[in-house]
This record gives sequence, structure tokens and C-alpha cells, in this order.
Amino acid sequence: MKNMWEEKLSPVVKSIPPSGIRKFFDLVSETRGVISLGVGEPDFVTPWHIREAAIYAIEQGYTMYTSNYGLLELREVIRDDIYKNYEVQYDPRAEILVTVGVSEALDLAMRAVICPGDEVLIPEPSYVSYAPTAVLAGGKPVFMQTTMDNNFVLTPEQVEKSITPRTKVLMISYPNNPTGAVMDRETMLGLAEVAKKHDLIIISDEIYDKLNYTGEQTCMAALPGMRERTILLNGFSKAYAMTGWRIAYAAAHADFISAMTKIHQYSILCTPISAQMAAMEALKNGDTAMKKMVREFNRRRHLVLQGFKDMGLPCFEPGGAFYAFPNIEVTGLSSEEFAEQLLQEAQVATVPGSAFGDAGEGYIRVSYASSIEDISEALRRMGKFVRRRGVFPKKVSTSSGTDFVQKEGICNNV
Amino acid sequence: MNEKELLELLETNANLSIAEISAMLNASEDEVKEKIKELESNKTILRYMTLVNWEKCEREQVEALIEVRITPQREVGYDAVAERIYRFPEVRSVKLMSGTYDLAVFVEGKSMQKVAHFVNTKLATIEGVVNTVTHFVLKTYKKDGVIIGDQEEDRRLMISP
Repeated sequence: MKNMWEEKLSPVVKSIPPSGIRKFFDLVSETRGVISLGVGEPDFVTPWHIREAAIYAIEQGYTMYTSNYGLLELREVIRDDIYKNYEVQYDPRAEILVTVGVSEALDLAMRAVICPGDEVLIPEPSYVSYAPTAVLAGGKPVFMQTTMDNNFVLTPEQVEKSITPRTKVLMISYPNNPTGAVMDRETMLGLAEVAKKHDLIIISDEIYDKLNYTGEQTCMAALPGMRERTILLNGFSKAYAMTGWRIAYAAAHADFISAMTKIHQYSILCTPISAQMAAMEALKNGDTAMKKMVREFNRRRHLVLQGFKDMGLPCFEPGGAFYAFPNIEVTGLSSEEFAEQLLQEAQVATVPGSAFGDAGEGYIRVSYASSIEDISEALRRMGKFVRRRGVFPKKVSTSSGTDFVQKEGICNNV
Repeated sequence: MNEKELLELLETNANLSIAEISAMLNASEDEVKEKIKELESNKTILRYMTLVNWEKCEREQVEALIEVRITPQREVGYDAVAERIYRFPEVRSVKLMSGTYDLAVFVEGKSMQKVAHFVNTKLATIEGVVNTVTHFVLKTYKKDGVIIGDQEEDRRLMISP
């Protein structure tokens, strides 16, 4: 019975390695008493007014197909939201497509533009879907490594160096999963220049745009001349705690959107209407709850950063999303070893950085989308764990210039 | 340090350690301690309390909302009567309301008789109280922003990308 159909499977599909996260997931499920800091979604439930609006819509009989593009009214509020935040204007009738999560939008974008052999530039560490969707679309991922020294931000020079005559797409995502890195406007302008010079298409996954704690979020499509060559992806999952609704959108030049809609209409037809009704409510009335959630995440961000500092793990200050990406090389362990041993010895689940590409080796992804109690307890356990491996906080003088309060010696979290 | 943010944190969880608060607010522990002391001494922070779900324990306790209509008095308005009411230990809270009655008085007692007795002998007889309407509480669903017996829990996968 084994391997019965293996040889019949598509070689392209077979070429894709199994997800590094999946393996770890199984391990976590077998362990008891685990505090998980490995979750890539808010710990908040979708705000009640959004859930209630969806329930009402179902009661009212909104149970049918919608336009392939999504409800026009939803596309209009999406247009308004993008304009309000970034002053980029999209035509809701031709330039916005409502999709089943950014995951679908990403897949559509890749499939709409990639010809066999086209190269897709992807910074690493990166979200797990970028390379596989490029491969499935017939493209060839070309990775560019971002580093802690550079705050995990891709530089225009790196892109320039990676360009070949086959390069067609530059994939970016800031604020970034897994690093939490944000990109400043100047760097983004630099990338935009490179893209224009080499006629690249940019797919910009901005799903974490509302979770930027630096106060400065730049939208790629808002930069001069970039609206035409950017496929902007965004959604509701992170900002409105709506991961399970599977709803997002793509906004781009009508040529891209109509091509993507062709694929969408034959594979998905349309995004579920109840999710569309919920998304509409989120955009119309969700601002207050969203901002409250963002403030809460920001406090937790400071808490975990202080925790890593106290235990002596170097970590750059992530400006966005809800992840911290500490470097664990001081323990002498690999990412996978660290995550596995931490899970087994201290019952704290994190995700090994290597799951996000080679550039993530030496790091772990810590999600602070958890309660304060859980975060504090997890940090205590992690502190003990790294101390057993001979890692202690460095004594620091009270020099200024960092964002944190300096403390000497071992602190409350360990 | 943002004073409002500090108060918000403490209002939802007074059990946070100074270390946690200082990390979250990006301030030094001394600053936080100082600020809290200041807020305590100027009575911005009145008291630290615990929200208890008494249904979990065997405790005979009834709660009633009493609508009280009163005659406001010259110079002191409603305040003097309100004070005579809120000084009673049986009274949990008193609010001046707009609408058809004046004071919303929450009273707790060991039994309906005890509460009724309190209303009849103490509250209704206060000079200036015109009439009272007593509503006994049958069930509390939510208190101070917290859903009692909330069934919603963390249902997320332990690991997700």
C-alpha cells in the first residue's frame, strides 16, 4: 500500500519540503502543561460587535454568493480605509479583490504574474508561504538574508545584487513575521527605486500594518510611482482578531486584479458572505477595539523585551507585529534544539527560527499574543532554562541611548 | 510615563508586579513606584479589590437595586440625602441618575427580609426620600467588565505560522 501514488504526484508539489512548523506542532501536542508563545494569531477573540454583525447577517438571510470580487459595499469601505491611512486611491470596481485570507491573495498574485522560470526575490527570515507559492506558480525563489545587525530590514543594495534578467517579483512584508521588523520610509523609497529601475512587480504583504508601534507605517503603494507596480495585500486577521474568518483583500492595478480574479472565480468563486459582512463591520466600527488591542500588544512587547534582556538573550527591538526574535546562539544550541529542549524541559512552546528559512537559524520566534500571566510565567521558565546552559545577563552600566530601563544583575523574571 | 495607561493596567489587574508594570510602560521601577504612591496619596487610587464570583461558594447573599426619588434641598441639592444613604454599610453603591428617579442604590444583605427591613426602616424613612422601588437581582451575568462564568477560552492551535 505504501507509496502507491507517490510517483504519480506532481514533481513540483513533491519538491516542496514539509512545513518546519508542522513537525513542531505535533511535538507540542504531545506535551502537557505547555504555555505556548508559538501562536501566529491574536489571543483576543473577534470583538463582539463584529461577531454580532455576522450573526445578524446570517439571520437576515445573507447566505448567498457574492460578486467574484466581493460585495461592492465592502470593496468601497476597503477603498476608504486604504485612502484614510495612506492616501492611495483604488477603484473599488476594478482594483480591489476580496479573498480568502492573504494566503489566497498571495497565491493569486504569484499565479497571475509568474511565468515558468521567473525569479521571485524573497527576504529571509520570512513567512512560510512566500517561497512555496512562488514555486507552485512555476517561479524560482531567490532568497536574500536579512540580519539582526541590520534590524532584519532588507536593503536596496541587497535587492540590486540579487537581480538577474529573470527577476520579476520582489516580495516584501513589513511589519514582518517572524522578526517583528518594520521598514522605514527611506529604505522603502530605496526599494521602490530599484523596482522601478528594473521594472519589478512588488507584492507587499501588509497584514501587520496596523500593528506598528513606531508610529510610522509606510505603504509601498503610497510611494511615488509605486501604486502601478505594487500588489498590495492586506486583511482583517491580525488587526481585528479575525484569523478564522479567512478574509483579506488585494488592491492593485486593474490588470493585476482582473488576472487574479480570473483564477479566484474558478477556484474559489467568492469569499464567504458572512465573513464579508463581518469585515464590513470591522472596518466601519472596529477602530476603538483595534486600537485598544494594539496598545495592549505594545505593553507586552516591552515586557518580553525586558525579559530577554534580563535573561541575557540578545534581541533587537521589533517595531511591529506581535513577535520577538531573540538570538539564542549564546546557549550553543541550534534553533531546533533550543525550541525542542525548551518545550521538553520548561514546557514553553516557541517556533524555531529555522522554520522561516536559513537566515532564521540561531533565533527563535516568540509570539507575545498571550496573556500577561502566561508571558511572565513563560519568561521565568525560559530564564531558568538558559541559566542552566550558562547564560547570564550581562552587567550593564546605566548608559543612555536604548529604549529600555537598564537594570543590573538578575532581575525579577528569573 | 502615561498616568492613564498605568491606571488602566491596575484597574484590570492590580496584581501586576512593579517589574512587570515598569517593563510594559517602558519606565523605571522607581518611577512606577513613585507614581503609584502619588496616586494612592491623592486618592486617585482608592482601593485594590478582588472581583469574586460568589456563586462558586456557599454564601447566602441577595442584592437589590433600589430606585429612590428624593426632594432636592436648597444649597446641597441631592448630595445631603445621598450621603445619609451611602453611609450605611449595607449600601454597595449609589449613583445619581437622570430619568424618572434620582438615586440608584445597590444594597446587599443576607436575605430578602434583611434587605426589605433595611429599605422599610432605614432608607424609606430618611427625610427627603419621596418613594422607593426595590428590584431584587436574580442573576448577575457581567460585573465590572468581567463576564461571570465565561465559557470562552483560548481555542487557538498551540503553534501556527
